Amino acid sequence: MKLNVSVWRGGAEGRFEDFEVPRRGSQTVLDAVTYIQRHLDPTLSYRFACRVGMCGSCAMTVNGKPRWTCRTHVDKVATGGRLQVAPLANLPVVKDLVADMREFFDKWARSRGQFRPTATRNDEFARVRPDSPARREADAGVECIGCGVCYAACDVVKWNRDYLGPAALNRAWTLVNDERDGAKRERLDAVAGDAGCHACHTMMSCTEHCPKKLSPTRSIAGLKRATLALALGGEP
Amino acid sequence: MIRPARSHPGWWAFAVHRASGVALALFLPAHFLALGTAIQGEAKLETFLRWSEQPLVKVAEWILVTLLAAHLAGGLRLLAIEFLPWREWHKTLAALAAGFAVAVGLAFALAR
Amino acid sequence: MSPRAGARLWVAQRATAAVLAFCVLVHLATMVFAVRGGLTAHEILERTHGNYAWCAFYSLFVFAAGIHGAIGLRTVASEWLGFRGKAADAAMAAIALAIVFLGLRAVAAVVL
Repeated sequence: MKLNVSVWRGGAEGRFEDFEVPRRGSQTVLDAVTYIQRHLDPTLSYRFACRVGMCGSCAMTVNGKPRWTCRTHVDKVATGGRLQVAPLANLPVVKDLVADMREFFDKWARSRGQFRPTATRNDEFARVRPDSPARREADAGVECIGCGVCYAACDVVKWNRDYLGPAALNRAWTLVNDERDGAKRERLDAVAGDAGCHACHTMMSCTEHCPKKLSPTRSIAGLKRATLALALGGEP
Repeated sequence: MIRPARSHPGWWAFAVHRASGVALALFLPAHFLALGTAIQGEAKLETFLRWSEQPLVKVAEWILVTLLAAHLAGGLRLLAIEFLPWREWHKTLAALAAGFAVAVGLAFALAR
Repeated sequence: MSPRAGARLWVAQRATAAVLAFCVLVHLATMVFAVRGGLTAHEILERTHGNYAWCAFYSLFVFAAGIHGAIGLRTVASEWLGFRGKAADAAMAAIALAIVFLGLRAVAAVVL
């Protein structure tokens, strides 16, 4: 039994190239791409690392949807024995199936997605109750591994090149809820406005596609509420 | 052609909300101008209303009323999602919004 | 537009949305009620002439709709037409003013 796999070749300009891949039991899309590179065309470029659904490196567009190829079984998506594999959307293409993740992480930095410590090694450990409302909110979003699937799924990212995107905003929200963090004010300023949380239209493509079942929509709604005080002129 | 990554309720809710919003925004000036004919007297407004009795205009009216209801319901859904504590109800809210729009459309159609 | 100004636009959008939720519900109910048995200019004007309650209601409606619609159109223009920046912000203000002007004119037409 054969599988027809159509793979994007080239950069921003390019074309789809077809390959015939033997079907195997429990085969994943990553298995199919790997077979092509090892046996059919060694010039095919693609990314992967753990291949067991932990690192997010293998994210690509499979039949129009952004997914982790190592966790996408061919049986589930190959309608009529055909597969189409392309690099993640909304990002520049380096080559073939490899997307340039720089703008994704630049936006992470622009949304102040970094923890700013307030304590020193001489202070007591922070005591953070895991069941406090703030910590629950942070925990709901903290498992993000920056795979870019939500970013690729988001239409606002596509239409508004400045939009920070679901992952960056989700990370900002987890830090806004971190009682140990000292950059709350700057972070809320960073995530507000046309390029920030207020550009989200609650389409929820991010939440729909997140392989870790996170909800950036939830985090962004939280940021909208958190920036309310800012908008009205008060202190957050 | 709707891309695969868009075929989920939240996206449809957005699409309806945007389409209805733009349609209503474009309609509004026309609506105000029509009502404004009353400045020239009741007869002028009545003339306009008679003109609007045409079937095509009636259908357009009905569509606008339904779009208004859809935009309202979709908007309430967004306000709930953004301001109320998070719940996994966005799909339920979308279904309720659609139901409300249909109900209003029916009520308007049957009221004539 | 600064992040804070963007946040304020969002607040204005949501605040007018809440006002419009009330206004639109009343408007939908009025419409369904009023179109029964046909609609004439006489019926409309009979209801609104010299009625300060309707005047206040529709004026509030007009202001909310003008602000809400203009902000919404700004977003659509930015995302789908690539029209953004100071010119787009000015256009938004102009649209809001135009809608409010035409709307208040229409209110005056049916109330005075």
